[in-house]
Amino acid sequence: MSANMVAMAYLAAAVLFILALKGLSSPVSARRGNLFGMLGMALAVGVTLSIAGTHSYLWIFIAVLIGGGTGTLIARSIPMTHMPQLVAAMHSLVGLAAVMIAASALYNPQAYGIAAADGSLHIASRIELFLGTFIGAITFTASVVAFAKLQGLVSGRPLVFPGQHLVNLLLGIIMIGSGVVFCMTGEWTPFLIMTGIALVLGVLLIVPIGGADMPVVVSMLNSYSGWAAAGIGFTLSNNMLIVSGALVGSSGAILSYIMCRAMNRSLFNVLMGGFGAVAGSSSGGAREERPYHTGAAEDAAFMLQNAESVIIIPGYGLAVARAQHALKEVADVLTAAGVKVRFAIHPVAGRMPGHMNVLLAEADVPYDAVQEMDEINPEFAETDVALVIGANDVTNPSAKTDPTSSIYGMPILDVDKARHVIFIKRSMAAGYAGLDNDLFYMDKTMMLFSDAKKACEDMLHALK
Amino acid sequence: MNPEMANAAVQASAHGATVDPFVFGFTVFVLAVFIGYQVVWNVTPALHTPLMSVTNAISGIIVVGAILAAAPSDMNVGSIMGLVAVALVSVNIFGGFLVTQRMLSMFRKRK
Repeated sequence: MSANMVAMAYLAAAVLFILALKGLSSPVSARRGNLFGMLGMALAVGVTLSIAGTHSYLWIFIAVLIGGGTGTLIARSIPMTHMPQLVAAMHSLVGLAAVMIAASALYNPQAYGIAAADGSLHIASRIELFLGTFIGAITFTASVVAFAKLQGLVSGRPLVFPGQHLVNLLLGIIMIGSGVVFCMTGEWTPFLIMTGIALVLGVLLIVPIGGADMPVVVSMLNSYSGWAAAGIGFTLSNNMLIVSGALVGSSGAILSYIMCRAMNRSLFNVLMGGFGAVAGSSSGGAREERPYHTGAAEDAAFMLQNAESVIIIPGYGLAVARAQHALKEVADVLTAAGVKVRFAIHPVAGRMPGHMNVLLAEADVPYDAVQEMDEINPEFAETDVALVIGANDVTNPSAKTDPTSSIYGMPILDVDKARHVIFIKRSMAAGYAGLDNDLFYMDKTMMLFSDAKKACEDMLHALK
Repeated sequence: MNPEMANAAVQASAHGATVDPFVFGFTVFVLAVFIGYQVVWNVTPALHTPLMSVTNAISGIIVVGAILAAAPSDMNVGSIMGLVAVALVSVNIFGGFLVTQRMLSMFRKRK
């Protein structure tokens, strides 16, 4: 195969990847888009194998079999609630692979055709290797920590110690310093020091970030894994890798931005960390007792049955209680009785961007019954009953009214505008941000104290 | 401005002034970031989780580098690291595309 043919095949693969992302603009075209992505990958791998002039097809085949088999097994068996962990774990693999590829390029420059006449590396290649390696190394360990936090292997609480930022800064300077020495000399020692420090930095950067901010972290690491891939692309002077890396990198960056905006936090503020630790302690003591209304599942069922329109606001608590299917049946019974039922999703309703949509889709809720915050907010004023289940802070009106609140300015679902509110909750305990919710004490609000799943089953029983 | 930029680069090289391959790569990189920006803002928020899993699979494209690293016939540290990298990113490629497909097949319209 001529070099031009190879370049054209790589171009086709890059276009197929762009089409894969473009397909995701609607659930109808998304499946076809995913097929385009697979096709692009198969094309790229096939072409590479044909030009690599390799004598180790068997070994490569075995490696693909092991990795591909593992990936297939995981993809088939992973519960949808565990998607954030899976995504974090996959970022770590890309990061580690990028480091290994870079180290291998340094060891064997001839294999990549990037060696200078004397068998060493050009300065440009060294700079590219430096960038690819340290981004890959940080992505690797940072994703491992994010995975451990999401999986519950370590506590989700932020770990903060004095002088943290100073330590990180010093390590960062030493890392870049060794990187510069490596670029000048091409020696192994500075390369290894640089990689080692980047691995440590990855851990230190993520430990101060609390569990509630993990959606941002996962999106950000998504971005890093893309930049690491682009870095490898520069090393190999392979435009397809550069394009793919840039696509993934910008995708992760945009998702991080969307998540930050939905929490009214700046990326800088999230990365500096320590959010959960501070907010949790400040609002603990001085809480006044205020009267609120309570009701039973039968009362809730009665209200829902007699409503013309209902908006259901699910939060992650719903998934924790595994109540999606029971809730979906409640929605079905109401729809069959002529009630207009819709689901309203806040961007941070789940543990990663779009997570709640997947969890509802898994429970067979049709996607056209599920609406995003901006679409549904004007509708609350026209709605008879808003049913909040497993969510709290994203409905808290103090985000609009109380400038002293730690969530002030965060966009919320306008549940307080509905004619009646049913709030399903285990107890009066505060939400993730440690805040009291004025919604509990409104005259039109009925608190239903129960486990989410039991509440749904009881309502279903009463409705039938 | 973007097509002109690429044109200028081509012309510069045609007139004998050599452009570093890095600059070509960087041109492609910047243009691809713009494409990514446009395409990703058009992704519906309901599909942000599949977006992340499919980008996971796509970042597995560094398998190209891993294959080149694994290619040399004599086994040494470099080619063994290449093989391990091939196995690692294969998890991403297979796992990423298949889990995306699994999720997307759950999204159904109202009957």
